[in-house]
Amino acid sequence: MALTPFCSPPPSLCSSFRSLRRGLFLPLLQAYPYTTSKGAVPMPETALMALRFEVLGRFNRARAAQLTLPHFVCQTPLFMPVGTQGTIKGLATNQLEDIGCQIILGNTYHLALRPTSELIDELGGLHKFMNWPRALLTDSGESSGWKANAPYTRGVYSNPSMCFTLAYFGYSCYINRIGADIIMALDDVVKTTITGPRIEEAMYRTLRWIDRCIAAHKRPYDQNLFGIVQGGLDPVLRDICVRGLVDRNLPGYAIGGLAGGEDKDSFWRVVAQCTAALPEDKPRYVMGVGYPLDIVVCSALGADMYDCVYPTRTARFGTALVPEGVLKLKNNAMAEDTRPIDSTCACMVCKNYSRAYIHSLVSKDAMGSQLLSYHNLYYMMQLSRNLHSSIVRGKFPEFVCNFLQKMFPKGDVPEWVCNAMEVAEIDISSCRARFRDD
Amino acid sequence: MKFAVKAWSNGTARAGVLHLGNVAAAIDTPSLLISTRKGLPLSIPPDLLPSLPFPDSRLLHVSPIHFFQGLSIKTISKIGGLHQLLGLHGYGFAAFPRDSIQCLPEATSTNKTGASFDNPCGRLLIKPAEYMEMISSMKPELWVTLADEVPAWVSDKRNKTSVDRTIKWLDECIALSPASGAVFGAIVGGSSLEERRRCALEVAMRNVSGYWIGGFGLAESMDVRPALLNAVTEPLPEEKPRLICGLELPEEILQGVAAGVDLFESTYIYHLTHEGFALTFPLDRTQINASNLAPSDVGSDPRKINLRATVFRKDATPIVEGCTCYTCRNHTRAYINHLLNVHEMLAQILLEIHNTHHFLGFFRLIREAITADRFEEFCKDFVGSRYDHLVEDGSERVCL
Repeated sequence: MALTPFCSPPPSLCSSFRSLRRGLFLPLLQAYPYTTSKGAVPMPETALMALRFEVLGRFNRARAAQLTLPHFVCQTPLFMPVGTQGTIKGLATNQLEDIGCQIILGNTYHLALRPTSELIDELGGLHKFMNWPRALLTDSGESSGWKANAPYTRGVYSNPSMCFTLAYFGYSCYINRIGADIIMALDDVVKTTITGPRIEEAMYRTLRWIDRCIAAHKRPYDQNLFGIVQGGLDPVLRDICVRGLVDRNLPGYAIGGLAGGEDKDSFWRVVAQCTAALPEDKPRYVMGVGYPLDIVVCSALGADMYDCVYPTRTARFGTALVPEGVLKLKNNAMAEDTRPIDSTCACMVCKNYSRAYIHSLVSKDAMGSQLLSYHNLYYMMQLSRNLHSSIVRGKFPEFVCNFLQKMFPKGDVPEWVCNAMEVAEIDISSCRARFRDD
Repeated sequence: MKFAVKAWSNGTARAGVLHLGNVAAAIDTPSLLISTRKGLPLSIPPDLLPSLPFPDSRLLHVSPIHFFQGLSIKTISKIGGLHQLLGLHGYGFAAFPRDSIQCLPEATSTNKTGASFDNPCGRLLIKPAEYMEMISSMKPELWVTLADEVPAWVSDKRNKTSVDRTIKWLDECIALSPASGAVFGAIVGGSSLEERRRCALEVAMRNVSGYWIGGFGLAESMDVRPALLNAVTEPLPEEKPRLICGLELPEEILQGVAAGVDLFESTYIYHLTHEGFALTFPLDRTQINASNLAPSDVGSDPRKINLRATVFRKDATPIVEGCTCYTCRNHTRAYINHLLNVHEMLAQILLEIHNTHHFLGFFRLIREAITADRFEEFCKDFVGSRYDHLVEDGSERVCL
C-alpha cells in the first residue's frame, strides 16, 4: 500500500546553538565516517514517510489526531499493548480487534531469537505470521533487549563505533525483515535513576546512531523509523537530543528513557519539555507509559502514543483496572461480590462475569488471566477512545476532571499531577479538596 | 429434557436426539460433553465458544467440586445459577463431580458419610446433602447423583460396598431433588460383572431421567471393558439416555458407543492440547489428505501431529486444510509451533479450539455411521487406519 509522500520543512535551528555544538563535538564527529564536518546529515527535504499525521482537534497542548499507517488508520491519543513474542499473552487476534487495539508492539530482539527474523521474512513478515491485520510497531527492547544482551558490547567489541556497526547491521536487517509499520531506532538507554556522565554519553550515542539507522533503513516507503529522545532527567541533554533528532526530519519521535523508577515530578517535566520542543505535525510517543493516570497527564501535555506491559501483566496477577484505580480480585472480599468488575465498562467480561466468579479463577486457572487481560486492555482502549473524542468534541477539561474525581474522590490529587495540569493549562480545581492548605 | 432413539446399528449402538431447555436446537447423539473448569473451557475464551460447531458444542460438563472451594453456594444462588454465573445462556450443563483431570475420586478416603475427591485445593469429602445444595444453586439442565467410584484393583468387598453406597446416596439425592433439572442415576460396580449388573438393575428401578456410568477409566484394561459396559447397559431401559465419563481415546469412545452409550465426557482434548498435539485424522472417509501423514516426525501418527516438532517451523499451512475452526481459518502450523516454543498461552487456546472442533467431527462420523447402519465397519476402518502408515512402510502390524 503506497502512501503519497509529502514534504516536511526541516525545523529551523538556532544558529548559535549549532556552532556551539560543532565546537564541542567536532573531533568526535570526524572519527565517524557517517557524518560530515558540518554536523548531522538531515534527511532530504522531500522526505518520504510511510505515515500521515493529521490533527483533528486540540485543547491547549493536548491534541487528537488521525495517524494513517500502512496497515491501519489510527486515532490518537492511543495505547499500544505489548506482544513481545508475536502474541498478546492469552488473547486471540479477533479479540484484540473486538477490543479496539490499533497498534501492537513486538520486540525485535525476542523475535530475532525465536523464531528468527529470516523465518518471519520468509513467511511474509510479522503481520502475516501473526495474522494481525492492523498496525505493528517493533522496539529493540530496553533493558531486556538488544543492547544489554548483544555479545558485541563486551570485551574486544567494547569500542562503541565497532559495537554499533556490528549490532546495527544485524538490527536493521531484523527490523526490515519483520516488517512493522513503525520501527524504533536503536538507542542507548540508561536508567533515569543513574546519575553522572553515562547519561550524556548515552544521549550523544543515540544521536550518532540515528544517522546510521537512517542510512541502513531499506524500507522508508512502508516502514516509519522513529527517533528516540534520550538524556535522562537533564533538561540540557534532552534539549540537545530533541534538536538533533528533529534535524533528521523523522516521521515520528519517541520520548525514551522514562518509566524506569524516576520520581513523577521529574517524569512529567521531561515529557513537558520534549513535547514542547518536538514538531507539532509529527506523532509523539512516550515509551513505557503506563498507568492510566500517567497517560492522561502526558496527553494533556501533548503526547500521542503510549505502550506498556502493565495492563496485561497486572491482569496475570489478578488486578483489574477500574475508574477508581485498581481492583485486586484475589482479595477475599471479592469472593462474595456479585457486581461486575466495572459497572461502567461495556466489555464482554464486565457484561457477563461477577467479581466473585473471577475471584474463583484468578491464580488458579488460566482463564482468569485471560478474562482480566481482556478487561484491562478494553479499559485502556476505552481510555484512548475517550481521550481522542473528548479532545475532538472540545470536552477535554471535563474529561480530565471527571477522570480525576473518580480516581481521587477525596480530592487528594497528587501534587505532580496538579503541577503538570497547570503547565498544560487545564483547570482541575474542581477535583481538588477544598480544605487543603496549599 | 427429552430424549429419543432414532436409529440402531450393530445391535446396541444407537443414534438419538436430546432436547435440553436452554439449547435452541436438538443435540444429536452420540455426543461429546465439552470439559470445563468452573464452567468455562480450560483455554477457549467464552467469546470464541460460539465459533465451535452448533449445536454439538452446546453441552458442557461442570463439576460441582470445582466450586466447593472457590465460590460459595450462597453466592452462586445469589447470582442465579450457572447460566448467569458463566454468561452462557444457550448452553446445556451436565453436572457431575468427577473431572478426570483435576477431581478424581479417592476411594480410600470415601466413607459411609460421603465421597472423597482429590483436587488442587486438597482432599474434599462431599456428603449427599451438601452436594444437593450445590446442585440446587447451580441449576444445571441435568445432574448426576453422588457415587462411590472405585478403581479396578479394589477387593470384592470394597466393590460391593461401593455399589450399596451409590444406591443409598442415589435415593438420598433424589429425595432432595431441586425443582428443575433432569436426574441421572449413577451406576458403578468396578470390574465385577455381577456388581455392575446388580447396580444397573437397582438404578433402573428408580425414577430417573437417564443414567451415568461411572468407575471406568480407573485402571481397568480395555479388554475387559466391553463386557462390563454391556453388563451395565443391557438391563437399562432403551428410551433413557446413558452418559459416561472416563473413556478417553477414540477407540474407547467406540467401545462405549458399541455398548449403547449416548453421551461422553473425555480428557482426550486436554491431553492432546497440553502436549502440543493437534488432531489431523481425516473426517471425510473418502479423502485421505496425504499432507497429514508425517512419518518422519517424532510422536506423530496418522491421527495427530506434534506441533512442537521442528519440521513445522516454516509450515505455512493450517493444521488441517479445509478445517473450518477458528484456528485453521486464521493461523498456521508455523505460528503455533513458534507459540509452543516460546511457551505462550495462545498456543493452548488455538490448539484446544482445533482439537475440540476436530473431535466433535469424529462424533459426527460416528452418528453418520450408525444412521447408515455401518457402525461395525466404521469401527474396523477407524481402528485399522491407525496402522496405515506402518503398513505402507511394509512393517508388521503392531498389536494393541
